[in-house]
Amino acid sequence: MVGSVSVAAKPVPVPTPETQPFWDGCAVGELRLQRCGDCGRAYFYPRPVCPSCGSRNVSWFTASGRATLYSYVINHRPAPGFEDDTPYAIAVVQLEEGPRMMTNITGLPATPEALELDMPLRVRFEPRGDVTLPMFGPEEN
Amino acid sequence: MTGVIIAGAAETDRLGKLPDHSTLQLHIEGALNAVADAGLSLRDIDGIATVSAPGPVQVAHALGITPDWIDGTGVGGTSFLLHVRHAAAAIRAGYARTILITHGESGRSRVGASRFRPDASSPPGQFEAPYGTFGPTTTFTIPLLRYMKEYGLTHEQLAYVAVAQRRWAAKNPRAAFRDPITVEDVLASRMVAYPFHLLECCLVTDGGGALIVTSADRAAEFPKPAVHVLGTGESSETPMISQMVDFTESQAFRLAGRAAFAEAGIGVTDVDHLMIYDAFAHVPIYGLEALGFVAKGEAGPFIADGNTEPGGPLPLNTNGGGLSYTHTGMYGMFAIQEGVRQLRGEAAAQLDAPQISVILGNGGMFATSGVLVLGRSPRS
Repeated sequence: MVGSVSVAAKPVPVPTPETQPFWDGCAVGELRLQRCGDCGRAYFYPRPVCPSCGSRNVSWFTASGRATLYSYVINHRPAPGFEDDTPYAIAVVQLEEGPRMMTNITGLPATPEALELDMPLRVRFEPRGDVTLPMFGPEEN
Repeated sequence: MTGVIIAGAAETDRLGKLPDHSTLQLHIEGALNAVADAGLSLRDIDGIATVSAPGPVQVAHALGITPDWIDGTGVGGTSFLLHVRHAAAAIRAGYARTILITHGESGRSRVGASRFRPDASSPPGQFEAPYGTFGPTTTFTIPLLRYMKEYGLTHEQLAYVAVAQRRWAAKNPRAAFRDPITVEDVLASRMVAYPFHLLECCLVTDGGGALIVTSADRAAEFPKPAVHVLGTGESSETPMISQMVDFTESQAFRLAGRAAFAEAGIGVTDVDHLMIYDAFAHVPIYGLEALGFVAKGEAGPFIADGNTEPGGPLPLNTNGGGLSYTHTGMYGMFAIQEGVRQLRGEAAAQLDAPQISVILGNGGMFATSGVLVLGRSPRS
């Protein structure tokens, strides 16, 4: 289409003090999570308290980036900025360390046939605006 | 303990596409209709509850009410069920005597309505919106593929939820969609977000409604039969769908339901009529299992076998539900209204003298829940 239409940009997250280390990690190609020093559980999204036991004794570590596909939809009604990507998969992945996170699936067609639940995935990073977003795609052999 | 009743209940005159009504007008019309239904005047109201926007201060002011008790709990479409619960507590505590709970939403026409968009620095703004989420069709829907894999729910069984509810809607002149549909029709409707087709997603409408809650010792003062609030429950689980504990079940539904059933002293076999908030076709499936009507994984076949449709043993969503009746965005008020109508004997698809009606509300995307156990009689 010949375009005079102004296309909205995709949303860019605005880090907050408690999430800044996560986004700093993404910028250097590391998926950083937090772990509780008392109960040992890893968790996501970033916050200064362990959701399992309430401890403030939490610290950052770099996750493996390995995950499996937990669930998803293939969206046919694009969010502003996603018009050229439609249909696209909005997925939730199960990280090897336990927590789950939302992501998009890259490097695979957005079809039920290509996207099998529990398939192995690996993190990759894509710049957007001032930040870098974690995305997940197939394990490369 | 003081008994609590719903003494007045009404919806706006019309539902659907109402571009001639602002959000606030819908609140006002619902409130005036409910006050009239209870045979009261606005001067009798001493407590107010609703969600923002416009919120309880605006609604009270518009109606000329000076409240002694205010509840602005706004946790999505189930908020009105929580308002009933909080109102019951307030009446028992003596904080208020006659409480008005209102809902109005210009969900379709968006007249005087606020725009929802998560702040880019909020957790959903940082960790979900960047991936192209765009309202409930892209988030509420995500858990279902996991459920389908774990429990073998088929696309046809999911589609049948919409078919069953349309059979109820066919009996209801106020329902938005009344023409019969088949599983094939549902599966042939436009794909919205795989695995969800258009007919597995709720309507988007304008409308409103309101309730009057007071103490049971006043039951004889009102023109309509009292509806007794026998048990209530509430809970929350997650502000982001990605952080739901287990994608195959709603913890909030289960906990709210457990509390409400325990307070009422009932079990599932006591329930004559059931309303489960149905923003999407999978929500009644999750609701039936969370409340214990069927075991995990059995709700899809249970609905597909006809158990919840007209003539079935467990009448579910008898107004046609959010899928066929109306869905303004915060549907909980309409689920309560149908429970009240059934117990009073004034529903369009009236059951044979039901004694107990259970209402399961959802807020956000499996974020929050409220459950009400309503009865034709006080607790025995």
